[in-house]
Amino acid sequence: MRNRQAVQLLFELSKPGAEAVRWPAADVPESAPSALLPAGACAAAPPPLPELSEPDVVRHYVNLSTWNMSVDTHYYPLGSCTMKYNPKRNERLAALPGFAEMHPYQPDDTAQGMLRLLYESQQFLAEIAGLPAVSLQPAAGAHGELTSLLVAAAYFRDLGQQRTTVIIPDAAHGTNPASAALAGFEAVTIKSTPAGYVDLDALRARLDQRTAVFMITNPSTLGMFEPNIARIAEAVHSVGALMYLDGANMNAILGVARPGDFGADLMHFNPHKTFSGPHGGGGPGAGPIAVAERLAPYLPVPVVVCRDGKYRLDFDRPKSIGRVRSFFGNVGVLVRMYAYILTHGPEGLRRVAEQAVLNANYLLAKVASLLPVPQGPRCMHEFVATASRLKAERGVSAMDIAKRLLDYGFHAPTVYFPLIVPEALMIEPTETESKQTLDAFVEALRTILAEPAEVLHQAPHTTPVCRPDDVLAARKPVLRWQPEAAQS
Amino acid sequence: MPYFPNTPDDQRAMLETIGVDSLDALFEQVPKPLRLGRPLNLPPAMGELELTVHMSALAEADAPAGKAACFLGAGAYDHFVPALVDFVAARSEFYTAYTPYQAEASQGTLQAMFEYQTLITQLTGMDVSNASLYDGATALAEAVLMALQTAGPQRRRVVVHRSVHPEYRQVLGTFLQNLSAEVVDSGGYTVDAAALPEVDSSAACLVVSQPGFFGTVADLAPVVEHAHRCGALVIVVFDPISLGVLKRPGDLGADIAVAEGQSLGNPLSYGGPYLGILACREQFVRRMPGRLVGQTVDRSGRRCWTLTLQTREQHIRREKATSNICTNQGLLALRAAVYLSALGPNGLKRVAELCLHKTHYARQRLTAGGRASLLFDAPVFKEFALRLNDRPVDEFLAAAAERGIYAGAPLGRWFPELNDCLLVAVTEKRTRCEIDALAELLEG
Repeated sequence: MRNRQAVQLLFELSKPGAEAVRWPAADVPESAPSALLPAGACAAAPPPLPELSEPDVVRHYVNLSTWNMSVDTHYYPLGSCTMKYNPKRNERLAALPGFAEMHPYQPDDTAQGMLRLLYESQQFLAEIAGLPAVSLQPAAGAHGELTSLLVAAAYFRDLGQQRTTVIIPDAAHGTNPASAALAGFEAVTIKSTPAGYVDLDALRARLDQRTAVFMITNPSTLGMFEPNIARIAEAVHSVGALMYLDGANMNAILGVARPGDFGADLMHFNPHKTFSGPHGGGGPGAGPIAVAERLAPYLPVPVVVCRDGKYRLDFDRPKSIGRVRSFFGNVGVLVRMYAYILTHGPEGLRRVAEQAVLNANYLLAKVASLLPVPQGPRCMHEFVATASRLKAERGVSAMDIAKRLLDYGFHAPTVYFPLIVPEALMIEPTETESKQTLDAFVEALRTILAEPAEVLHQAPHTTPVCRPDDVLAARKPVLRWQPEAAQS
Repeated sequence: MPYFPNTPDDQRAMLETIGVDSLDALFEQVPKPLRLGRPLNLPPAMGELELTVHMSALAEADAPAGKAACFLGAGAYDHFVPALVDFVAARSEFYTAYTPYQAEASQGTLQAMFEYQTLITQLTGMDVSNASLYDGATALAEAVLMALQTAGPQRRRVVVHRSVHPEYRQVLGTFLQNLSAEVVDSGGYTVDAAALPEVDSSAACLVVSQPGFFGTVADLAPVVEHAHRCGALVIVVFDPISLGVLKRPGDLGADIAVAEGQSLGNPLSYGGPYLGILACREQFVRRMPGRLVGQTVDRSGRRCWTLTLQTREQHIRREKATSNICTNQGLLALRAAVYLSALGPNGLKRVAELCLHKTHYARQRLTAGGRASLLFDAPVFKEFALRLNDRPVDEFLAAAAERGIYAGAPLGRWFPELNDCLLVAVTEKRTRCEIDALAELLEG
């Protein structure tokens, strides 16, 4: 079955004279480009791209695709990434010309359906967040974090307050401190409790008049709802700071609890996680944010407004931080989000959370008999098991287990994150997996743990490649193909 | 509900295994006073048929430019997308996978990204490309952050030529608003041989666009040489399609090249998701933002691919990372790679030539009657700025829209002093017939 054509690179398949696209003859007069363009700007020859026929290109990529695991083909319990089923109706609807073929600078009069969809999306997210003002502009979660922190900075600047720090628990996603630095703040890390909760004393010790924002992931990256969230919010607000919610784990609390109700002033959503946008091998996502009323004036321009039954883009927002990207936002992802929210309705969204939490707790109960789960017997949408004892006793690491799971036809969990759990295996089943799939996963794990350590160290055995040499890749980076003559 | 596979029997068995008697009991962690206690105030659930009817009606309420004679451009272009691009991108194994952290389960995505990086270096003449950023504007902001890191504390001026897309300049301003850097505008609307006094020994970089926002093309050699003499890096914003006929950023002497990659096989989609392209010279590779895929070998010595140089990235380096980006635009990058491999050098050259010829025909045709004139005489690639001599822009655009023609983007939106002007883009999809119809409307 192995197809040699897939192993080769596009460039190695290239053959002078082959072409997959033939353009029509011009229906207007032609002259040489050099007669129309400045000599110093003209290329002597087109770029040295590969030359391929259409069947070559299609066979190449279809073969490559078969070397991926994906949600449509495999159970993909990648913790923190919420790899749920991507509904096919959403794809068909997002491809309608009335959405997919809209130019961003069309007059608002010609985009009333599009604008209504976006306006309603703002309202839906405000209701789900419990925060009244929404910007759909950010392109991904990390971009939403940055945007929110810029909003916070503009708010404090407007108040005349000098606030320079952003406090972040050590269990947070790496994007949190990276976004804080990019927004011009000093990122201050605080330790979490052994159970992965916010250490209230550590937080209080760092909170002062210099604190702009405290960023919290709730439910946490360990999949736990923060028991002290009300006291945390109170402490943050008592020094005049804002609380930011990293909304990566909203799947666990849809319709159950709202960030605005538990003290968050700003948050981002990950529609590609919570609202089923396909992950695309690394995007696109989207990162819309919701904020409290007093922060609304600082949101990026434009936002969608509705007056007298007409929808339009509003650019007239003098206190806005400005644009955070060109055009409106990752609209294609937002259209899928809109379809997903309407498919579920209020009860359905709550059931998303219930079924995600049911699946995670069921899996936790079964996995806990095989591997320690330090956080205890309950979780929200995900949990973190540890292979640290196994590592000490048998030399078997979280990575070994992850790699061996691939042989059994399961994508690996997230490993070595969060950083506060050694040899972490972070497992998120989502609501779209069945009990039967989860049972099969547990049986595979049971089998793996009984296998000789050597078998696991050598895993995976059935994939196209086994354990790429990451050290070599980083030490001598080869980041592009070059013709042999050009290689040193 | 369509996407929950567990039956009531399954759920009962699962609750029993967990040791609780209801779904509610699983939410005990959430303090009672903080629970919502009511259904969300959202429209009731819709089945697939109702949803299809509802969203089709919304779509029908739009008049999509991509279905009309679209002369709108200004950074987002109505280019033709070959069917194989849609076909490949619709492969479940590509579009329902995620970031290839587990290399063995992701060789398809990894190799496709390695090929994308290579195609972008071939396209641009640069040494290295990353695996994508959000869009052209944020790619420029990231490029400027790279330049600032490289330049060090003595050089904090970012000189941006006015030929750069106004929204890119706005985004750059937003990104830098709390960092110790100064953005300075320079030059006129088009690039010419005049000196740019703002570029001096305190400049970290010069940002220039080729073609410029107004479609014009210039010989960039004098400005590039001047910037390099001052010790500033040169960031070139380019149009990928234009490289079928124009010199590549690498051949122009660019240190970093950025672009909006939408025109490489990606739908207009009302402005996103699009594709941020960023490529640079070898020496800046460890300051690059975003994912990089590298070649290596596996245990058996087989050539393969893996994410590499991850110590630049937020999940390792946290607040010291080169960027905060995590999720990028993988599927759009895949589409661009399929598009470029389908076109090849000759296809890219031909589509660029078609744009060029049709644009020149339109430029001549629209100004022949005397009711509109060119804002700039400089050579152009696929769009040009037109001044209406005797009628308001809005009125003309509305009249054209009634005939199914999107005549262009009104420039007053970004430049109040140009409120009698519009920017007209002409891609390979525009026909002589459509251009003539627009000209007749203008003259009528």
